This record gives sequence, C-alpha cells and structure tokens, in this order.
Amino acid sequence: MNETLFGKLTLSAIPYDNPIVMGAVAGATALTLLLLGMITYFGKWRYLWTEWFTSVDHKKIGVMYIILALIMLLRGFADAFMMRLQQAIAAGGALGYLPPYHYDQIFSAHGTIMIIFVAMPFFIGLMNLVVPLQIGARDVAYPFLNSVSFWLTASSAALVMISLGIGDFSHAGWSGYPPLSEKQFSPGPGVDYWIWSLQLGGIGTLMTGINFFVTILRMRTPGMTLMKLPVFTWTILVTNVLIMLSFPVLTVALALLTLDRYLGMHFFTNDLGGNQMMFLNLFWIWGHPEVYIVILPAFGMFSEVVSTFSGKRLFGYHSMVYASVAIAVLSFVVWLHHFFTMGAGANVNAFFGIATMVIAVPTGVKVFNWLFTMYKGRLEFTTPVLWTLGFIITFCIGGMTGVLLSVPPADFVLHNSEFLVAHFHNMLIPGALFGYFAGYAFWFPKAVGFRLDEKWGKRAFWAWLVGFYLAFMPLYALGFMGMPRRLVHYDNPAWQPYLLVAALGTVVILVGIFCQIIQLVVSIRNRAALRDLTGDPWNGRTLEWSVSSPPPFYNFAHLPKVQTLDAFADMKERGVAYEVPASYQDIHMPKNTGVGVFLGGIAFAFGFAMVWHIWWLSLAAAGGVVAALIVRAWDDSVDYILPAQEVARMERERRQLLAAHGHQSSASTDPHLAPQG
Amino acid sequence: MTTLAHAQDSLSHHDGHDPIGNATFGFWLYLMTDCILFASIFATYAVLGHNFAGGPSGHEIFDLQYVFAETMFLLFSSTTNGIAMLAMYRNARSQVVNWLTVTALLGLGFIVMEVNEFMHLIQEGNGPDRSGFLSAFFTLVGTHGAHVSVGLLWMLVLIFQVMGKGLTAPVRSRLMRLSLFWHFLDLIWIGVFTVVYLMGVL
Amino acid sequence: MKHIVLKGLFVLWPEWALACDGDCGSKWALLNPRGPIAAHEKGLIITAFALMLLVVVPVIFMTIAFAWKYRASNNDASYAPKWDNSTKIEAVVWTVPAVIVAILAALVWKSSHELSPYRPIASAAKPVQVEVVSMNWKWLFIYPDLGIASVNRLVIPAGVPVSFRITSDAVMSSFFIPQLGGQIYAMAGMQTRLQLVADQPGSYQGLNTQFSGDGFAGMHFETVAASNQDFDAWVAQVRHSSMPLSEDAFKALEIPSENVPPRYFSSVEPQLFERIMQKYLPNADATRSGHRGMHSAM
Repeated sequence: MNETLFGKLTLSAIPYDNPIVMGAVAGATALTLLLLGMITYFGKWRYLWTEWFTSVDHKKIGVMYIILALIMLLRGFADAFMMRLQQAIAAGGALGYLPPYHYDQIFSAHGTIMIIFVAMPFFIGLMNLVVPLQIGARDVAYPFLNSVSFWLTASSAALVMISLGIGDFSHAGWSGYPPLSEKQFSPGPGVDYWIWSLQLGGIGTLMTGINFFVTILRMRTPGMTLMKLPVFTWTILVTNVLIMLSFPVLTVALALLTLDRYLGMHFFTNDLGGNQMMFLNLFWIWGHPEVYIVILPAFGMFSEVVSTFSGKRLFGYHSMVYASVAIAVLSFVVWLHHFFTMGAGANVNAFFGIATMVIAVPTGVKVFNWLFTMYKGRLEFTTPVLWTLGFIITFCIGGMTGVLLSVPPADFVLHNSEFLVAHFHNMLIPGALFGYFAGYAFWFPKAVGFRLDEKWGKRAFWAWLVGFYLAFMPLYALGFMGMPRRLVHYDNPAWQPYLLVAALGTVVILVGIFCQIIQLVVSIRNRAALRDLTGDPWNGRTLEWSVSSPPPFYNFAHLPKVQTLDAFADMKERGVAYEVPASYQDIHMPKNTGVGVFLGGIAFAFGFAMVWHIWWLSLAAAGGVVAALIVRAWDDSVDYILPAQEVARMERERRQLLAAHGHQSSASTDPHLAPQG
Repeated sequence: MTTLAHAQDSLSHHDGHDPIGNATFGFWLYLMTDCILFASIFATYAVLGHNFAGGPSGHEIFDLQYVFAETMFLLFSSTTNGIAMLAMYRNARSQVVNWLTVTALLGLGFIVMEVNEFMHLIQEGNGPDRSGFLSAFFTLVGTHGAHVSVGLLWMLVLIFQVMGKGLTAPVRSRLMRLSLFWHFLDLIWIGVFTVVYLMGVL
Repeated sequence: MKHIVLKGLFVLWPEWALACDGDCGSKWALLNPRGPIAAHEKGLIITAFALMLLVVVPVIFMTIAFAWKYRASNNDASYAPKWDNSTKIEAVVWTVPAVIVAILAALVWKSSHELSPYRPIASAAKPVQVEVVSMNWKWLFIYPDLGIASVNRLVIPAGVPVSFRITSDAVMSSFFIPQLGGQIYAMAGMQTRLQLVADQPGSYQGLNTQFSGDGFAGMHFETVAASNQDFDAWVAQVRHSSMPLSEDAFKALEIPSENVPPRYFSSVEPQLFERIMQKYLPNADATRSGHRGMHSAM
C-alpha cells in the first residue's frame, strides 16, 4: 500500500545521519521560511502573484530568471567551496570531512547547477529583459510560452534543491556518463533527479529558443534590418539557433538513459548490446554547442559594454556577426574533442582537433575587435568595463590552454586532469559569468530604475578576478603534476600547497560575492541618489535606452523607426530621440495568466513522482498538463487592448516627471504637456 | 507628425500583432527541432540496429505485410486530413468535423496496430529490454507512435473546437498546424518504414 | 600509504625500492617524461604553447595599453567616435590567428598519426604484451605470453615497448601512466590499444583518471620498469611464489573493492581477456564476432 502511494519514497530517504547535509538542508529551509515569512508579514503575496508570478511581461520574466540564477549561483558556489575545502585538507592519508559518496554528489551538482541553473537562466534573463527592447518590439512572440519556460526552469531548479534533503543527487558527474549512471552502478534516486531536472529545464530552454528566434526574426521595428541588429541581439539570435539545434539531442540522450534506468532497456548498458559511447556522442553533440550557448550572449554583452563606454561605434560590426555565425557552425563539428581518449583513429582525432582550433580564429577576431573598439575611444572605467577588461585578458589564457587541449596527443596527457578543470573554468568564468555580471551592472538600471553602486561593484570585480587567478592557476600546475579531476582525497603531499592556494582563491571569490550582496543592499538604500530618470544613464546607443527605466509594460508607445546601426545614438544625433508623436494608437497586450505557474508546479510534481516511482502522481501530473493545455487552448481572449488615450496619459506622466527634474529632452515639443510648478 | 502615424498604420503588422503568422513560423521551427530529435533516435538505431545480443533480428520478428497495412492507415489518414483542410477552406464546418473524425479513426487504427505489434513482441519475450536492437526499435517506433497519439488528442480537441467555436481564425490556424504536424509524422513514418522494417527484412 | 606500497615492493625485489628514489618524487610528472611517447607529448605541449604566446602576449599587452591610453580622462589621446572599420586591421586580425592555427593544424595532423595509440613503437626488441582490465576499483594486468597476472602493480621491462590491450569489466575508466605517455579509455565490450615504453628502470605512478564511483580516488597503481634481467627474475618469482588466478579468484576480484594492495597471480586461464570482453559484446553469443575496436564501434 505504501509503495503504491509513495513509490520508493520512505522516511529513510532523508539523510538524518549526515550532519553536513542536514545542516545545509536546515540552512536552506530556514532561508526559504524566512523569505516566505517576510512576504507574508509585509502582505506581498497578492502583489507577487499578480505583478510577477502570473506576468507574461518579458521584462518581469527576465528579472525572475536573473533572481533564480543568482540564488542558484550561491548554491553552486557553496558546492565549489566545499570541494576546495575537502581537497585542501584530504592529503596524504587524511580523508577530509566528506565521504566519497557525498563529495561525488557535490561535484555533480556543482556542474549541473552552474551550467543549467546559473549560466542558462542568467543569460536568458538578460535576453528577456533586453532583446525585445533592443529590436523595438512590444513583447516576445509567445508571451505565455515564455512564462511556461520560466516556470519549468524554476521547478527543475527546485527539483535539484529538494534532492538535497530528500534522497540524494547524482554522483556520476554533471555529464552523467554511463554505465556509471546506469541502474547497475547507480541504483539510487540521485541520477534520476539529475535526469529529470535537466530534462524539464531543457524543454523550457528549447521553447525559449524558438520563442526568441521568432521574436527577433519577425518582431523587429520598422527599418531594423538584420544588419542593423544590435550586436547583442545578433549573438542571441545565433545562440537560439544553437539551442534549437542542440537541445533536442540532449532530450534524446537523457530519454534513452531514462529508458535504460526505468524500463531496463539497453542503450548504454555494458551488456546486451548497449553502447556507452553513444551517450558520450549524443551528450557532447549537445554539450559543446551548449558551451557557446552560454558564451556567445556574453560576447554580445561585452560588445555593447565596450562600445557604449568607449563612446564609440563597435569596431568591425560585420566581422563580429560573421564571427558569431562561424563559431556557431563550428561548435557542431568539435564534440569529439571531449573524448579524444576513447581510441578513435588518428584521422578522426586530427579532424576534430583541427576543427576545434579553427574556432580560435573567429574568437580571436572578436577579441581584436573589442580592442579596436577601445582604440581612439574615451573609455570610462565603470564596473561593466572592468568585467570586460578582466574577461579579455583572462579569456586569452583560457583560449591558449584550450588550443593545447585540442591537440589530441597533448590531450592524451591533459585529459581528465586538473588542467582541464582549470581550462573550462577559465573559459566559463570570464567568458560567461563576467559577461553576465557586466550585463547585470549595465542593464540593472533599465530593469529597476536605478543604477548599482559603483564602489561595491568594483570591489566585487577585483575580488572575483584575484580569487579566480588564485583558485584556478594552481590547478593548471596540478595538471602538469598528473593530478586527475574529481579526487576526494589523494596520497601525494606535493599537491597540497597548490590546493591550499586554490582554496584561498575561493575564499577571495566569496569576498567578491559578499561585495555583490552588499552592493545590492547599498544600491537599494541609495536608490534615490542612483535613480535613472532619463532611461539613458550611460549615453546608450541602442533602443533599450530610448525608453524610461523601468520601461512601461508596453515598451514603446510608438514604434521607433530605425535608420542605422546604433539606432538610438543616431536618433540622439539627429535630435529625434525624444520626439513626441501627434497621436497614439491602441496597443494589443497579452493578459497575465497563472497557467505558467500551474504548469511549472505540475512539472515539479511530475519530476518528483518519476524520481520516486510514484506512478499515480506521475500520471495525474501528466494528465494535469494535458488538461491545462486544453483549457488554455479554449481561451481565445488571451490579450486585451490598451486604449490610445491610456497610452497618451502614461507617456504624458513620464514627460512631466522628466520635466519636473529639469530634464529637457524634447518635452518642450510636447503640445499636451501642462506646465509644472 | 502625420508621417509617423502613417508609418505606424502601414506597419501595424510589425507590432507583433500577427500572432497567427508567428504561431505558424514557430510551429515550423518546432517541427525542425522534432526532426533533430528523430534524427538522433535514427542515429541511435543505426548504431544499435545490429546489436542483437543473442535475441532476434529484425528479419525474424517483422511482418512486412502487417506493417504495410499499418502504413496504409497512416497514409490514408493524411489524405483524409487533406480533405478536411480543403473543407475548411470552403468553410464547410460539418465536413471538417466529419473528415477529421475519419482521420482520427484511421490514426487510431494505426496506433492500435502498433500497440498490438508491441504487445505481441513483448509476449514472445522480445520486449525492449531484450537487446540493444530491440531497445532502439521500440524507442524509435514508439516515439513516433507517441507523437501520433498526441496528434490524435489534439485532433479530438480541435474537432470539439470546430463544433463549439466554429471556424474562427485561431481555430483555422490550429487546424493548419495540426495538418502540418500530421503530414510531418507521415514523413517520419516513411523513414521508419524504410530504415527499420524494409531494411530490417531485406 | 606510499611507504606501505614501497615496502611491499621491497620485500619482493629490494633493488626497485632504491630505483624509485629518483623518480617517485618527480613532482611535475608531465614535465619529466621517462619514455619517448611522453617526451614527444611534452614537446608538443611546449611547441603549441609557444606558438599561442605569439598572439596571446601581444593581445594582453594591447588590452592594457589601449585601455590605459584611451581612458576617458586622457584628453591628449585622439577620439574618433565614428571610426568603426578598417580593412587593413580586419585583414590582419583574421590572417594572423588563421596562420597560427594553420601551423598548429599541421602539427595536429602529424602528431595525431605519430602518437596514435594504435601505432606500434619502432624497436628492435619484441614488444611485451599486456592486457589491462579495469575493475571496480582496481587494475588487473594480464601477461598473456607469460601466463601470469597482477593487480595494481604493473611490472614491465625497461627499454622494451609494451603493447597494451585495454578493456573494462565494470564502468568506464581511463588508463594513464603520466611519465610514460598518454591515456586511453577502458570500456566494457570494447578494446582499446596503447603503446608505451620506459626508457630506463624506475617506478612511475599509474592511475585511472576517469571518475568511476566511490573507489575512484584509490584506483591507482605503481608501474615498475625493470631491467630485462630483473624482469625475468620477477616473472620467475611470480610464477613460483603466488596463487593462480582461478575462476574463483577472478570472481572474488570482480567484487567491488577499494584501495586494493598489489597482488600477483602465478597463472591465468588462457583467453581470460577475450572472455571478459565477450561478456559485453553486442552479439554476446555469436562466437564469430571478433574484437571490436572503437573503429568499428563508431
């Protein structure tokens, strides 16, 4: 009876006996309860529900994605911290404080979380916030789908979090290679948590990919041809193509592993005709493009930042676009470099090695173009610029070690080592995370209406940069000493000093994170002083800066007409940036809906039920999804019309506010503007 | 001033209020991603297709005549779906309902035959857990079958929508997308029939 | 831990403990190769690294120089807000990386073939055959021509090429002796190859680099390269002094175990390696299906 009701789930699934896990669970639960308590105390539930959770406004969904990413960053970092601590002490016979089974889950969770639940939601959040504004659109192509995507991502993140306290997480690494991840070697629920969180989050991402591809191709404002797209939007366009081409492969790889685990099939098993290398191929056919999925948007952010704060056009816009496309195409023909050591023939290895190196060419071009954008510019050393400079220098080092790894015989000795760990962190931390931090500081005022504190931002940058070098340069050295990755303890005492330095590096990064938290608090407290009244705090070049901060929910009262690249800079130059139209039009807007939240919740229930084999709940959840979709399909009144008078009133209020604060803009040209005292 | 207003009028299309156009385009993209999904499963089948692990080969378990009959169900359902679409263009509401019902019944026939084939194989001990080949076979054919089943459910919903709402613009656009989906599944099935059954038996 | 291992070795063959003094402490394993394959791989890393520096150093320098020179507060620097294109610069920034990558590509092509793990090492001496089986969580080494086997210690003659055939009896692992040369995966039902040679007698750390579960951290072994004479003596001693790898002994080995101390087996059932592979072949009961390398698997 219990098994029918609860599947494999029993009270013993809660790791009472593990004080470290229970501590983490208690901490996470306490924080959650505190948050929920505060929301209740301040009576914000209704506000959150109507204004945020049910919102289909891309800007609000964007902000929610970013919040999710930042929360998960804390979790992923906590994992990193624990690993560094373990390796710093578990030398020469000492076993450290983590047993292997726990340590293995930590590094598996760290990788999964950082890629899927930090990098992805962070850039998707910024993309949501910025892209429709940059292309002069009022919304995305499918606002409702956008909400569903977010809630799927959030619920799969919740699935990872709950694995902390109920059952365990995968111990098979973030890439979950079989046969280790098969039932035979991993019978517990951990791998299932990994599978379902990746699978559900992946489906959300795939829908986002289609959504933004259509948005960019079909919803641009008049005059914005493809070669006038802001470069960030270009990188996002390319990224979404990568998402559409690669995520279905992940879906298949995970689904086949699921069939092996749940129905005893033999796709990747050792026996009865399975082929484990098939999984590696499928996984990395997704996995390598995935690297560029998280890096290309950051490239776009650096491009916007460097051009804006140099007060100058981006150098070699066309090159930048072609380079992004080239990187995307090449990213599909390099996957085998993740397993040169499987023993493929020399021709195969050489082909994939060379293809990998070729990516260095368009990437190198991008770096040079950023440099020549600064050249003859007026570079302001704001926080986003610091992240960019830190990125360029650090990324060059990572690129160099990447080329080393792409030489197959060199990879034979460097593969699976700490050198590899150092390399990909050296790509992803500056190449993705620094970019998102730059974008976060850059677009923060657009999202909430006030800037971030610069002083704490710069402190955070320096701590992150120094911490990064301390944490990862020793790992390169350890690679040359032959230290493999993922060791829970080791005998060789010569490695320990390097690991101690690396641990110190994570402490410095922790300081950086504290600086970022303080920055947020300080900025909120000083928001009056940091207020961005004009909507254009940085003398921006693209259309998102032409609207107020935060923008009205309809984004543009009238659609801007684009004549050149850097459309807003051009409009400002021609003196038409703040032109007031004679009349306004009615605007169609999508209605808010709770269906996205419902689907997210039900997806969580489904994932949880599948992990624990609670079949009735899985079926009920699947039925719930179908029912929700049918109900939604019946509803034809999913949007409404915002009357022109209302638009005119809101626009007038904004101009009055601007005028009251002495901002001239083109308020004087507004015939409707009443004089203010 | 007037030029601005004018520009807006002529370009109201661009304001994102061509939801049907967006939906159609997006659906095509979805089909492309589905293509990649099937391509990955086909590739898996190509790799595992001869890993019999002592179990039967395709030659031993496939009944080409049976599958041919099954195929005919699906192909005819595509034709009747086409007829339903023609009826939609003529605004013949009841005919749309009738032909969609015929399509759904043919599709159901296909699914019933497929499930029957699967049950038969499993009863003989040749289930998907028997060998890599059978895992790949069940998964490839089953994934297609699952798509057809979803299509059937969708068709059912649309039949009720046509009856309840009439041939409104959103309903028409959904019918169009369903039709795309149905033809797409036909194409995939031709691939399955060729790669799995024909090449398995020959 | 290390000392126990060394002591164990000492009991069996005292001289090696001394030989170990020079090499076991070698901290920078990849930079202290003890065989031609590893030396070649080290050279490759250094060459590629130097070539990369040709671009990376100027770029880092330019980043700092440009950022400093064109800082907003420097009104002496020229300012060209609309300058966004230069065919000359574009040509250079596309060409320079392309040329370097072309040179590296030639290097990749050549070295991938020269250092292919399938390529036999040219040598006057007849290679020693060793069959490596990865198990949870230890390494089994079978010497098919000598009829003996060992667990977690690989003894090879120095100066003689060793030709490895590698498979797994459990999850995927990666067989690696850093000072002798690059690694290769061990996968169930599949056979990979590796060719290594140790230049001189010595003791070198060997390990699994592919995470394989709870016992992963303890899955390393010592590689002892002995002189021909010592090697022969060792073989003789193993044949006389220890137990055979019977069916029961093998079954016992298959039970997962961690931090397994070295062991020797005086005899091995013939074709044991093939039988282990056979268990996982995709057509397990079809006897004709030979060994499947990755070439045919993919």
